[in-house]
Formats: sequence, C-alpha cells, structure tokens
Amino acid sequence: MSEIIVENLSKTFLAKDGSVEALKNVNLTIGSGDIYGIIGMSGAGKSTLVRCMNFLEAPSQGRVLIDGKSLGDYTEKELRKQRQDIGMIFQHFNLLMQKSVLENVCFPLYIQGKKKAEAHERARELLEIVGLSDKQQAYPAQLSGGQKQRVAIARALASDPKILLCDEATSALDPQTTASILDLLKDINQRFSITIVIITHQMSVVRKICSHVALLKDGQVVEQGLVEQIFTHPKSAVAKELILKDSGSDAKTGAPRSKIKSGEKIRIVFSENSAFEPVIANLVLTFREPVNILKADTKNVGGVAKGEMILEFIKDSANVEAMKQYLADRGLAIGEVTEDV
Amino acid sequence: MFSPEVTSMIIQGIGETLYMTLASAFLGYVFGLPMGILLTISDKDGLKPNPVLYKLLDVIANIVRSIPFLILLILVIPLSRLIVGKGYGPNAAIVSLTLAAVPFIARMVESSLKEVDTGVIEAARSMGAGTFTIVWKVLLVEARTSLIVNATIALGTILGYTAMAGALGAGGLGDIAVRYGYHRRVESIMIVTVVLLIVLFQIIQTVGMALANRLDKRKS
Repeated sequence: MSEIIVENLSKTFLAKDGSVEALKNVNLTIGSGDIYGIIGMSGAGKSTLVRCMNFLEAPSQGRVLIDGKSLGDYTEKELRKQRQDIGMIFQHFNLLMQKSVLENVCFPLYIQGKKKAEAHERARELLEIVGLSDKQQAYPAQLSGGQKQRVAIARALASDPKILLCDEATSALDPQTTASILDLLKDINQRFSITIVIITHQMSVVRKICSHVALLKDGQVVEQGLVEQIFTHPKSAVAKELILKDSGSDAKTGAPRSKIKSGEKIRIVFSENSAFEPVIANLVLTFREPVNILKADTKNVGGVAKGEMILEFIKDSANVEAMKQYLADRGLAIGEVTEDV
Repeated sequence: MFSPEVTSMIIQGIGETLYMTLASAFLGYVFGLPMGILLTISDKDGLKPNPVLYKLLDVIANIVRSIPFLILLILVIPLSRLIVGKGYGPNAAIVSLTLAAVPFIARMVESSLKEVDTGVIEAARSMGAGTFTIVWKVLLVEARTSLIVNATIALGTILGYTAMAGALGAGGLGDIAVRYGYHRRVESIMIVTVVLLIVLFQIIQTVGMALANRLDKRKS
C-alpha cells in the first residue's frame, strides 16, 4: 500500500515551434489502496501525468511524493530501484515479442538479479493469478489482446509493487475483455492492497471500478472527488460531457422516435466478412423501400471492426421477410429487437 | 575438364574467399555492433542522448563509407603492412575489408535497433531497467530478426568486396577471375569462378533468411 501525492506539478515540453504546457499546476492526493481514475479527452495530459508518477517523465515544476518521499530527490540509481515498487501497464501491452510469456513475466525479476529457477517459480504463480497458466510457453503473437494484457499485469506484479499505474490499459480491448481485465484489477487491488491509478478516456471504466476520479482538461484538474459524487453532481462542462458520452444511446433517442410510425425493428451485426459491401444502401435500392437506421455503432473487437445497427422497416411493409432474407444472405447476423431503442 | 593444378587453385580460391569473408564479417561485427549500439543510444531520441558522441561517430561512418572501396584498398595498404606485415594477400585484404565493413555494419545495426518499439523500451524503463539491461535484454533481443537479415546482407556485400580486393592481389575467387578472365582471357575458368561466387552468395542468403525466420517469434 502506498500513497501518492502530486504537488503543483507542471510539465512543459520544448518543441521546435515553441513550448507546449502538457500539465499546469496539478494537485492530487491518491490514498493508499484506492483505485483512482484519471479521465480526460485525448491530449488532456493524462499520459504525461501518469509518467510523472514514476518519473519516466521528469516534471518541469512541482513534486511527486510516494509515501512522503519526493521522487525528485532520488539519484538515477535510486529511482530505478524505486520504480520496482511501481508497476505499469500500457494500452499496447508492450510485451517482448521475441520472448515467451513466462520469460516476459520473468523480465522484471531478472532486472532485480533473481536467479532463473526462482524467477520461473514466481512467474508461474503470477500466471496462475491472471489465469494464464496454460500459456507459459506461448509467444505474445499467439495471444489475444486480453491475454496479452493479462501477461502485462502478471509482469507488472512480479516485483511486488505497491502501486500499479494503468495507462489506457483497456482502450485497445473490446467491452467483454475490458470488463474481465477490470475485474482482475479490482481483485488484485483487494488481494494485494495495491494502490491502482487508472488513466482512461472511458467513463464506463471509471464507473466500473474506481473509488475516486480526477478530470483532466488541457493539463489542468477541473474536478476531483468520489466517483458517485461526480456522477450525480457533475459541476464542470467536461464532466457533464463525459457522463453523457458514457450513457451513450439511451440519452439520444428521444427526438427521432416520435417521428417514426413504428414498424418492425431488427438488429443486424456486421462481421469482418460483411463490412465492405454497402449492404443497407443496396437493400434500399433492391426493394425500393426506405428503412430507418435507428442506431449504428462500430466497435473494435479484438482488432476487427464489428458493427451493429438497428433498423426499422416501414409499418405494415410486405417486404419484411424478403428483406431479412436479403440481409441474411449477405452474412449478417439478424436479431429481433423488442425493447425500446 | 581442368588440369589438377587449376582445380586445386580453384579450391584454394574458395577457401581464401570464405576465409576473407567470414573473418572480415566477424571483425566487422566486433567493432560495428558496439558502434551501432552507441549510435542508437547517443542519438537525440536515444536512451542516453549525447550529441557530441553521436556526431563524431556519424561523421566517421560517413567519411569511411564515402570512400569507394577500390580506393580504400589502396589507401589502407600502409596500415595493412603495419598490422599484418604485408600489403597484399588475404590477411592484408581482411584489414581493408574490415575497415569498410565496420561503418556499414554499424549503420545497419543502428537501423535495426531503432525499429524496436519504443513502448517496449518504456515498459523496461518503468520496471527499473538501466541502459545496459535495455540494450542487452530488450534492443538486441527484439531486433534479433532484423539483425540477422542485415548480417546476411553484410556477408553478401563483403563477399562481393573480396572479389574487388582480389583484383589487387588479395587471392580468392575474385583474384582468379581477374587473372584468368581479364589478363589471360581464359573464359572457362572465369565462368567457373563466377558460378562459384553465385553459389556461395546463394548459400549465405538462404541460410541467413532461414535462420532469421526460424528465430522470429512474432508470427502466430
């Protein structure tokens, strides 16, 4: 367990065309054992902030204190030692592609000078914790995104850290995998009392596991506090916007629905095979009958674009069955929609 | 079809060519690999940026590489005498071949190492790895395939250079091709040496690529 205090932190990057202020006077207190979310749009400075917490980026001004000790006071060598107490996982996993899963988890142990047998034993325990005992000898290229992140988590835990920093750790994963990774993080937080800092742009992530949250905009903290508090009483415009985005489709349906004379609705799902043909446009041209697109959404599922649409046919149309057949013939999965869209 | 003398001369030529190629490549890597690593880590986005060191190595590499090999061969004769005691023969050629190979190899090592994903390097830093560990356990490991492919290219290039060194009395297949093909117009011998050079090149290329593929774990 460890406490992180960020004091008056500023970070300025020198670029060719002037300087960029990535962080401006940031103050945060992350309590021991918290799961602390830091949320903001891209470019808000989240990643820079989390890199200041283990001094991968040295701040231009201000201090970062871990259990009361300022990281800035350490020498390079002491800092490397200190970093072993701070695990980190990344959006793109950052595993060694040429090493097996087991060797990847052993890597931080080798840095600490552990012997091979000892490191292997510890790595096997960790792979057990993340549920990948059967993948020890596999290489990262053979794993799914979720499995790679589990390996990365096992690797981050290898040195028994007191803090785990997660930089957009679920942003490259589909919703189901995201949920399972978040469950794992929560479990780790409780079992090992590790303080977890989660950087994300998804409010759903914060809502699911964080106890506290800070909202970052243009390098400044605009709001911070308990998650329920910010959800129920968002003060800033950014907070309201992020919460609205999170609630997604259920917030936007009001207006168009009143104009529709409700006909039969179906949900269609595009897979990788069907995403190239303009199916809906062709459907309309073939049957010369409009369909209403009530909702359209594409998701990155394990690196493949998958789309989902909810269509509504004209009330009392005679072509409904033929149109469904047309869509099914093109490899789309079709489902009934009973609930209000 | 050839007299025993010619056959044994060709066999000796193959031996000399292989000896010069392998020895120069080995020495080329002994100096070129560290030079390539230093170029990588001292560059401005490297692990330990050092503009002075980078510029120095950069200029040395450019100067040596900008001298045509045939001219380098002649320039290096006094140095060869100093190191191996002779200005001609396979050992003398190794001096000039190595000198030409070092900056070439260093540049290829540099480009291989710079291909390594910066995210993996950052992950290693976050675990407390120092510069030496990152070079040894991250850069060289992750760039392995690319390094082997480039070593194959380096061997092929050095093989070609041995033929040029042959023209200046270094021995080897190139020497035979020049003496018989050019000076004496015995085309059959020249053709045999050329075919042998092609075969050697093919072997190097095939073995190198097979090794690179076999050691690459990025394919699922």
